[in-house]
Amino acid sequence: MAGKGDQKIAGEVSVRIGGEAGQGMSLMSRLLGKTLLRRGFHVFINHDVMSRIRGGHNFSQVRFGSKPVLCPSGDVDIVVCLDSGTLRLYRDTPGALTIFDPAETEEVPEGHRFIAVPMSEIAEREGKNARMANTVASGALFHLIGLDIEGYIDILGEAFRDKGEDIIEANRKCARAGFEYAKENHEIVPPFEDSPREGSGRMLMTGSEAMALGALASDLRFFSAYPMSPATPIMEFLAARQGDFELVVEQAEDEISAINMALGASFAGARAMVATSGGGMALMVEGISLAGMTETPIVIIDCQRPGPATGLPTRTEQADLLFAVHCGHGEFARAVLAPATAEEAFYMVNRAHYLAEKYQIPVFLLGDQFLNDSSWTVEDLDLDRLKPARGGILEEGDAAARDPYTYKRYEDNVTGITPRLLPGTGNQVLYADSDEHTEEGHITESAEVRQAMVDKRLRRISTLQSELEGPSIYPDSDRKMYVLSWGSTLGAVEEAVELLRAEDIDIGYIHFREIYPVGRDLFSEEFLEDTVLISVEGNATGQLARLLRMEAGIEVNARIGRFDGRPFTAMELAESIREKRGEIHGG
Amino acid sequence: MADKDWFKSSDPIAWCRGCGNFGILNAWKEAFAGLGLRPEQILMVSGIGQAAKLPHYLRCNTFNGLHGRALPAASGAGIVNPGLVVIAEGGDGDGYAEGGNHFIHAMRRNVDMTYAVHDNQIYGLTKGQASPTSEESMVTGSTPRGNPLKPERPLALAVASDCSFVARGFAGEKDQLVDLMKKAVTNKGFSLLEILQPCVSFNKVNTFDWYRERVYDLAGEDHDPADRAAAFEKALEWGERIPTGVIYTSERETHAEYTGLDGREPLCGRPPREASSIEKLYPVFR
Repeated sequence: MAGKGDQKIAGEVSVRIGGEAGQGMSLMSRLLGKTLLRRGFHVFINHDVMSRIRGGHNFSQVRFGSKPVLCPSGDVDIVVCLDSGTLRLYRDTPGALTIFDPAETEEVPEGHRFIAVPMSEIAEREGKNARMANTVASGALFHLIGLDIEGYIDILGEAFRDKGEDIIEANRKCARAGFEYAKENHEIVPPFEDSPREGSGRMLMTGSEAMALGALASDLRFFSAYPMSPATPIMEFLAARQGDFELVVEQAEDEISAINMALGASFAGARAMVATSGGGMALMVEGISLAGMTETPIVIIDCQRPGPATGLPTRTEQADLLFAVHCGHGEFARAVLAPATAEEAFYMVNRAHYLAEKYQIPVFLLGDQFLNDSSWTVEDLDLDRLKPARGGILEEGDAAARDPYTYKRYEDNVTGITPRLLPGTGNQVLYADSDEHTEEGHITESAEVRQAMVDKRLRRISTLQSELEGPSIYPDSDRKMYVLSWGSTLGAVEEAVELLRAEDIDIGYIHFREIYPVGRDLFSEEFLEDTVLISVEGNATGQLARLLRMEAGIEVNARIGRFDGRPFTAMELAESIREKRGEIHGG
Repeated sequence: MADKDWFKSSDPIAWCRGCGNFGILNAWKEAFAGLGLRPEQILMVSGIGQAAKLPHYLRCNTFNGLHGRALPAASGAGIVNPGLVVIAEGGDGDGYAEGGNHFIHAMRRNVDMTYAVHDNQIYGLTKGQASPTSEESMVTGSTPRGNPLKPERPLALAVASDCSFVARGFAGEKDQLVDLMKKAVTNKGFSLLEILQPCVSFNKVNTFDWYRERVYDLAGEDHDPADRAAAFEKALEWGERIPTGVIYTSERETHAEYTGLDGREPLCGRPPREASSIEKLYPVFR
């Protein structure tokens, strides 16, 4: 039995729900998260999933509190064991309250932190279905976190609306019974003295949903993809809204087709995008080079997962940065962006389309399994921050005002960027060509034209670079030591830096979002001279560090890499930084 | 009446003298003029190869993309702008080897477009290697001891894929070819037009004379293109006699029809969607 005063929870709670694939941990975490969101909490949910449909061990973890949470906690306060395997894994973990079903195990653990709830029995009795054990567990959980069950009862009605009144009622009975059982058998100290009561404009969405939503808000009209974890949810979200938002989602026969279809659609004048993971992007590479040569705008989302090859399909990594920077034969302009959170991902998809169209280039948006599959609390979205939908396209009237058939798709000018003509406009035609071409777009072998065209295609890089946002620096630029990071590691970095600063360690962070192209003027000489830089990246070789050395002549002093397929957590990261700091100062 | 000279390009032609491609180029100009089209209404998409250069030699919108990838690019463009007459053009290596996977799935997808394949049974641009349609035991640069593989029968593959329109023309029979081009373009759906195109430089077996002795027009035969089994038989016929003309037709829903876009304003030409339209999705996340 859990007794008073043995909980270490303060201000925030982490709940881990473990079980076999197919036991509903993901849905359960999402319904729990939504209930908490409506109560005014900040919620963060991440999933640890094996690449299989049934069996194995998966978990979903819900972290919530009254302050923003942007990464999973290394510590778990409550473990919900939906199977005996989860109980075996956590029975020796000190501290965590552990809910389990005594019918599921032969060795019932002793001790006040173990909370036996006969989930299957209650589910059979109340719901006439043992599979509703997870709903019983959720009910019990609400008692343990000191909240009433009513918000969750509402959510169940919404979640199972399509399944009919009987299923809703059965789930509600299971949830109430679980709650009542826990209340009768386990006395608790509510973890939140003043739990927030009011909902807000906040939303709970995955990185993939945020990207898809950002694309819809940016006039996306054509999306093509081949299913690949962890990018598939973007396709499914958009596919479900094709009719409503009047766009086409084309499931291609392979990623080669996906990018070439999207380029065809973009060439014809529709906003187009593809999403994949590293292996799929590898197949797209010739098409990316084609975008560079034909100056066709395209946005490529790479939801990174550990490679090489098939790697760890359901896990996370940040190892495609240099791939995105370099992929494609030949030399051409591109931009590489990486959002840190779902909220940033929403705005950054818009930014990617804006840059792709303005500079007529491929723009890469680097997500990862952790960013894309986790659910993030998103503050009310500010649609005024989005850039207007289109630009750089010749209007019908302007095209018609020219002499017939005189338009030149690659006519050179000071910017190197020629206003586009969409096929079918005015009395004009255009030729776009993957061969080296003349200003008209016809195949050429001329040495002079070749040089002029390479120059034209590359000239835009300096303007593009000056338009990109530099890294954000916290707390200011007067520290002697910084962590360098990019993309979805920000949450763990922020929290780790705060932990270290609370120990009077003078450290800040420099976080990159609009990563490439990067210039040599990134930091001043004096700044670099007496500043210690420690890179923190979800890869083995320090790709941002290598990029900065190559492009900006910046050397980092130490590197921390995580490449076991799991996201960083703050406490572990703080420990790694302490170690590196010790090595630097000791040596 | 439209004039075929409207479709003249200023780009100098880089094909060999006597190449079968010239006949195809001229046939397109006549077909376009005959259909009353203007250059800006046409989009030609090609990959890489001698045949894939053809759009440069016409006045029309052109996307000359990657080897083997004409069909995906043409599909993307055709989907967002069904107002364009979309034609993908390429050779047997481009379409049946490098782009073989796209060929199968483009027929399934059934975007309203025409795919014209210049089949010369050899690789011309790379100077004489075996192609997917090269005859068995043909000696080429890559098969010095004779091609050990059986040739692909692309028209049979098309009939098996229930391709909306399947026809074969011959570069040496211009009038028939013009007629088939017009039929392929006006067919609603994906039209495959295979064109026998002698390569005068690298294929000394399948010459103009070789084809002339063998081709016969199905229009003069008792052939029903709607009869799939009969079409399959004709699609496999190759040797002493080679059928030309319309081999197979199938009434199928086009991409625009099954996506509900048919008759709607093209996706590419609309005023931008209001960002605020996403607000109706917010309840999903709250």
